[in-house]
Amino acid sequence: MNLDRRHFLIMLPAAAIAWKYVLAGTPEASPNYTMTDHWWSMLIDIPKCIGCGNCVRACAAENDVPDGHFRTWVERYHVTDWHMESPEVISPDGGKEGFPAASEDSGKYFFVPKLCNHCADSPCTQVCPVGATFISPDGVVLVDQTYCLGCAYCVQACPYGCRYIHPGKRVADKCTLCYHRITKGLTTACCENCPTGARQLADLKDPNDPIHAFLKTHHVQVLKPQMATGAKVFYNELDGSVR
Amino acid sequence: MSPTKDAGHLFRFAFLFVVAFAVFLVVRHFVVPRSFGEYGHYRGAAIGEIAARPLHYAGHETCETCHADVAEAKKAGKHATVNCEACHGPLATHAADPSIQPAKLDTAVLCIRCHAISAAKPKNFPQVDADQHAYGLPCETCHKPHSPAIQTGGAK
Repeated sequence: MNLDRRHFLIMLPAAAIAWKYVLAGTPEASPNYTMTDHWWSMLIDIPKCIGCGNCVRACAAENDVPDGHFRTWVERYHVTDWHMESPEVISPDGGKEGFPAASEDSGKYFFVPKLCNHCADSPCTQVCPVGATFISPDGVVLVDQTYCLGCAYCVQACPYGCRYIHPGKRVADKCTLCYHRITKGLTTACCENCPTGARQLADLKDPNDPIHAFLKTHHVQVLKPQMATGAKVFYNELDGSVR
Repeated sequence: MSPTKDAGHLFRFAFLFVVAFAVFLVVRHFVVPRSFGEYGHYRGAAIGEIAARPLHYAGHETCETCHADVAEAKKAGKHATVNCEACHGPLATHAADPSIQPAKLDTAVLCIRCHAISAAKPKNFPQVDADQHAYGLPCETCHKPHSPAIQTGGAK
């Protein structure tokens, strides 16, 4: 190939960008995984959730979540006819050991599992002063715990209350969408252990993922859509009273 | 008169500026992590480090490579959607080394976690009041956990 200096110089920046994408291909631990091929999200089917707390326990076991802190938790809503705007919400120990029995009562009950929404325009990553939290190229909001100062700006910024300061490490901690699992072709610990299939990991970049059909045929909402966070945890048949 | 006659102080200042900038570049080279800015305003190597964290739950596909018989029995029954470790607990250590035996399970605790009666649960989900339903008998007397419908006669 004849390449004069002028053309070589023109192609140099393009080659540099291309090489960056080659390097972007694989997180070290997962050889067959290309980050740019995925855009992770989760689907939560409210009518299927029985409030067993399996997801909360599984998350704690998989990720060594300290007691009293939660990367995922389950809330039980009780909406009465006379107080539709302010439902009674309980989440004893995050729903880890289930919920107290609800005797037959007026109004409606339902469970809302919550976790990091892995927002596409996340407020938490925008406020980090040092670049310790970020959205990975495959759409997962992660924390670089060796870089985090523990200033807790992100904890305040998250409108969903999904972050906490790890009491031992004194740095921000949150749901990683089990990044160490999904990059190996497994599902998250919470989805793996949900007995009714109420939680489903979904890849929005995979055209064969059943989430596309589901989003078209069901009434699906995200939490706090008015905040324009680009939340990627989709709730099927979410009640209007859920905040 | 030369235009640079009184410009000595400007050159000295420029020299200081160049030295300070060089010091800045050297310090920056050693202080900023190598992979910072690889994908964005963060340390790119952090992604690999997070992906390398250890597994605790092996995943049902791993279980099924050895326990195909159980997977088959489960597939036909009502517990088809319940993955192995949802009841058996995290068993990545057992999957890596089968000589490590998983702990025995207590159905009195496990079954009731999901099936205790509560008005808050979806109406179509099977729920029982354990005291009135079994009179203290263990669940597996009638219901086999991997395929819980009662096999001989009675309600399925």
